[in-house]
Amino acid sequence: MNDTSHWSIFLDAALINNFVLAYFLGICPFFGVSAKLETAVRMGGAVSFVMLVASVCAFSINILLDAVGAQYLRIISYILVIASTVQLVEMLMRKLSPPTFRALGIFLPLITTNCAIFGLALFQTNREYDFGRSIVYALGAGAGFALALILMAGVREKLDLANVPQLVKGTAAALIVAGILSMSFMGFAGLGR
Amino acid sequence: MNQTPKSTDDFVKGLWRDNPVFVQVLGMCPALAVSNTAMNALAMGLATTFVLVMSAISVSTFRRFIPREARIVCYICIIASFVTTVDYAIAAISLELYRSLGAFIALIVVNCLILGRAEAFSSKNPIGRSVLDALGMGVGFTAALLSIGIVREVLGSNSLFGFQLFPDGFQTWTVMVLPSGGFFAMALWLLVVNRIKEKQAAAEPAK
Repeated sequence: MNDTSHWSIFLDAALINNFVLAYFLGICPFFGVSAKLETAVRMGGAVSFVMLVASVCAFSINILLDAVGAQYLRIISYILVIASTVQLVEMLMRKLSPPTFRALGIFLPLITTNCAIFGLALFQTNREYDFGRSIVYALGAGAGFALALILMAGVREKLDLANVPQLVKGTAAALIVAGILSMSFMGFAGLGR
Repeated sequence: MNQTPKSTDDFVKGLWRDNPVFVQVLGMCPALAVSNTAMNALAMGLATTFVLVMSAISVSTFRRFIPREARIVCYICIIASFVTTVDYAIAAISLELYRSLGAFIALIVVNCLILGRAEAFSSKNPIGRSVLDALGMGVGFTAALLSIGIVREVLGSNSLFGFQLFPDGFQTWTVMVLPSGGFFAMALWLLVVNRIKEKQAAAEPAK
């Protein structure tokens, strides 16, 4: 898989196989924090950043695990490293830039259980990307996640003003919107070939 | 709510009243991602149930030894080890199934449902009740996955568990096999569940 160009990896992760709308990764925060545009933007930024860090970590762990021949520890070590990275990022941010920390608020700890991050670490291992490609893949996935989240938040803010039947309100309406968004992202399928 | 809870309650509540997918909206990623055929949905549901029950047993057994500050990390470790077991077991049983589920078996680790039950129930209750609770949640999760999977497979590829259902003239709804079909099928079931709940709520005061 190391002959694909960086640009096509980025496009693939961000648009064609968008993490949220094609792989269903990170659905929980996708529905949870997409009610307001402002929080969606912040969450998108936080996730993209953690993805980048997690991607680098996963890459180094993989080298280590391959060296000692302990591939069966992959799931445990990935999840532990991601959880501790998030914790570390949280502490660093509180120390270095309190305003950003306050802006992100509870979203940072929530990222630990975000399947998109874990999925990213697994996919880049399965596809055997080299270091540069892993980073590009993480950037693309983060951009895709932020894009889907922001689009969704924009639609939901409008939806609040619309006259939706009581029965459909809430999760069901959000799901239908997500379905339509996902369908429109299918249009990107021909890109980057 | 203050009656002494019966042991069957722990099991039954996961099936309908607190159904993990339709009511609590937990564990959505696998529910949508691998429900494109009924077979995948069933396998995913069973795998998740296994992890749920095993982690409930472990968390409940060690609940007095796990320090409060480090509990989430401990739970994640426990869950991750059982997921690794399942991952290798499925690869050994059926390679074809393993390929079609792909990375989503490993992704059971980050299924919020499992961590949620460990934190909310197993860490506070004895083993017996925790297992019942986990079983109920697991069965409810499997049922929800299966119902989404059946809708998607019947409409999307005109088959059920791989067997053809309607005669050849049936026009398949390709959209149901695509990712967006997952969202639509799930929304459909949510509407059905909401409608039934609404009716129940309307009927209750009349009694």
